[in-house]
Amino acid sequence: MSGPARLVTQGLRASVEGKEILKGIDIEVAQGEIHALMGPNGSGKSTLAFTVMGHPKYEVTGGAMSFDDQDLLGLRADDRAKLGLFLCFQYPTAIPGVTTVNFLRAALRAQGKEMPAREFMKRLSDEMAALRIDESFRSRYINDGFSGGEKKRSEILQLAMLRPRLAILDETDSGLDVDALRTVAEGVMRIAGPDIGVLVITHYPRILEYLRPHVVHVMHDGRVVMSGGPDLARRIEREGYEPILGTAVPEPARV
Amino acid sequence: MAVQARELTKDYKYGFHDEDISVFRTAKGLSPEVVAAISQHKSEPEWMLKFRLKALDHFRKRPMPTWGADLSGIDFENIYYYVKPVDEMGRTWDDVPESIKRTFDRLGIPEAERNFLAGVSAQYDSEVVYHNIREDLEKIGVIFSDCDTGLREHEDIFRKYFGTVIPPNDNKFAALNSAVWSGGSFVYVPKGVQVDIPLQAYFRINSDNMGQFERTLIIADEGSSVHYIEGCTAPNYSSDSLHSAVVELIAHKGAKIRYTTIQNWSDNVYNLVTKRAIAHEGATVEWIDGNLGSKVTMKYPSVYLMGEHSHAEVMSAAFAGSGQHQDAGSKAIHVAPNTTSNIVSRSISKGSGRTSYRGHIKVLPKAHDVKVNVRCDALLLDEESRSDTYPYMDIDNPDVTVGHEATVSKVGEDQIFYLTSRGIGEQDATALIVNGFFEPFVKELPMEYAVELNRLLALSMEGAIG
Repeated sequence: MSGPARLVTQGLRASVEGKEILKGIDIEVAQGEIHALMGPNGSGKSTLAFTVMGHPKYEVTGGAMSFDDQDLLGLRADDRAKLGLFLCFQYPTAIPGVTTVNFLRAALRAQGKEMPAREFMKRLSDEMAALRIDESFRSRYINDGFSGGEKKRSEILQLAMLRPRLAILDETDSGLDVDALRTVAEGVMRIAGPDIGVLVITHYPRILEYLRPHVVHVMHDGRVVMSGGPDLARRIEREGYEPILGTAVPEPARV
Repeated sequence: MAVQARELTKDYKYGFHDEDISVFRTAKGLSPEVVAAISQHKSEPEWMLKFRLKALDHFRKRPMPTWGADLSGIDFENIYYYVKPVDEMGRTWDDVPESIKRTFDRLGIPEAERNFLAGVSAQYDSEVVYHNIREDLEKIGVIFSDCDTGLREHEDIFRKYFGTVIPPNDNKFAALNSAVWSGGSFVYVPKGVQVDIPLQAYFRINSDNMGQFERTLIIADEGSSVHYIEGCTAPNYSSDSLHSAVVELIAHKGAKIRYTTIQNWSDNVYNLVTKRAIAHEGATVEWIDGNLGSKVTMKYPSVYLMGEHSHAEVMSAAFAGSGQHQDAGSKAIHVAPNTTSNIVSRSISKGSGRTSYRGHIKVLPKAHDVKVNVRCDALLLDEESRSDTYPYMDIDNPDVTVGHEATVSKVGEDQIFYLTSRGIGEQDATALIVNGFFEPFVKELPMEYAVELNRLLALSMEGAIG
C-alpha cells in the first residue's frame, strides 16, 4: 500500500442506547490534511469521534468506516489505536494511581513504539516544555485532580508522544483561556505535517486561526450538511450557523 | 519417606520422633496430649507447657466466632497441629498444584525459592546472606531468630513479653495459636538502636516462619526503630487448610516499628490471624498489610495507643478473587491523650470474590485531643463481586477529631475505553486501573515487593491465579 493513509466513513450510522445519532456520515481525512468539523451542540460531532475510536457504547448501525484501507468495524479500540488512530478527549477520565509516565510507557509499549528510558525521558521533557507543562506532571496521576486546562495539555502531550497517523481533537479548545488555547494549538501545529491527519471538532473558529484547516465540514442533526475551504469557518464566525443551515438552531450552551 | 513417616505416625498415638526419619508430627486433632507432645518435643520450660494447656482450655470453651466470614468449613479434628520442619518436608514438587507452578513461572521466581515457597524444601538458599546480616545485627545487640530459639536462648526477655499483648483468651484463634504455636520470628531491638535494613523473615534459615501456627514477637526498646517484613507475593502453597498466626509488637517510649506483610495463600486456606501492637509514649507503629489469596482471611491489625503522643498507621490492601472472602480491617484503641491513628484500606473484589472492611475505633474517656482518620475504598471489578464496610466507633471523649470516609466504585467503561483508546489491551487496562487503585499501598512497599505485587495483580486479572 502506498500513499497517505486515509480515514474514510461512508454513510456511517450510529446509535447510542438505541437512539440514532449519526444518520449517514461521509468524510475522508488523509495523512497530511487538517479538517475541521463544526456544528452546533448536539449535532453528533463527539458521537462521530467516539464511534470512529470504537467506544463500545456507540453502536454502528449502518455504513462503512476504514482507516488505511482496513475495515474498522469489528476492531476494538486498542486495535484502532495500534493502527494509528488517536482521540483527544473532551473530558478525559481520571485513572487514579497511574502516573503520566507509567501511562505513556504502557501506551507506547502496547503500540510497539517503546523506546529506551533515556530517550523517552528526553522526549517527554521536550514535549512538556513546549506545552508549558510543569515537571511535576510526570508523577501526577493521569487526569486525577487536573484542571480543565491541564487535561487538555495532557491530551496534547499524549498526542505528541504517541505520534498517531490520524488524530481527532474533540473540542480540545473548549474551556481554555486565550493563552492556553494558543499553547495547545501550537502544540498541535508542532506535530502537524505530512505524517498526520487531523480532524478538529470545534464550535468556535478561533482555534482554526492557528490550525488553518484545509477543509471545513459543518455537521447538523447527524449529517455533514456542508463542506468547504477555510472561508466556511470565517463565514460561520461572521454569520453563525443559522443562515448556513437554513434553520433555527438552539443556542449552544457554551461555557 | 513422607509416606513412611505418615504410616508410622499411626503407631504412635501422640506423635513420635525418630532420628532416622527426620519427620516429627503429632497425631491429627487437638488434645492436651498433642499440646504436651509439642512442648515436650521442643524441650520447653514448664511455664510454656502450662501456658499452652491453659490456652487449649480457652480454645475449647470459646464458641466459633460468627460475626465475620463463614468459618463452617474448618474441621479442627482433621488438622495436624505440629509438623517438625526438617530438610525433607514430606512433599515433593509433584504434589504442588499446576496452577501454583504456572504462577511461579510467570512471576519468574528462582528455582530454590520456588521449592521453599511450595513447601518442598525447608530451606531457602540465602544462608550466606542471612549469616552476614545476623553477624551485623549481633554487633549492635539486635536479636533476630525464630521464636523457638528466642524462647530457648533469651528466655528472660521472651517471657517478659510473650502473650502480654494478645493473651491466650483473647479470641478463639489466638487461643488455638497459643496452644500449638511453632516458629515465627523473635526480634528484640535494644534502646536507641536503629535497624536500617528491613528484617525479612526470608533471611532466616528455617522455614518455620511459614508454619501454620507461627508466633511472632517484636520488641523495640526505647528510642529504637525496626522494619520487619514477612511473606512474599508468590503464592504460598500450603496443603494445610488452616493458618492461624499471632503477632505481638511492643513499641517502647519513642520507638518505631513498621511491620510489612504480603501474603498470598493458596485458595484452600483459612487465614485467621491476630495482630496487635502496643505503642507507648511517643511511639509509632505502622502495619502495612497486604492480603491476596486464601479462601477466607480474617485479619485486623490493631494498635493500642497506651502512651501520650503515640501514633498508629495501618495501611491494608486486599484482593478477593472468585470464591474468596477477605474480611480485613483494623483497630485503633486510644487509651492515652494526644494520640493519633490513620487507617487506610483498599480492597478489590473480582468475580464472586468478596471483601469486607471491618474497623473498630475506640477512644477511652481519658483520651482527649485524639485524632482519628479512617479511609476505606473498595473497587468492584464486575457485577458479581461484592464489598461491605463495617465501621465501629466507640468514642468516649468529646475532645476528639474523627474523619471517616468510605467509597465503593466500579471499574468504569469510560476508564477502560480511555486506556484502550491509547492502544492498551482491555486486560492490561484493567490491570493498570487495579494497580493504580493499590498504588498508595504499593508505594509503601520495598521496591522488589512492589514490582512483584504489580506483576501478580496483572496475573490475577487474567484469572491465572485463583
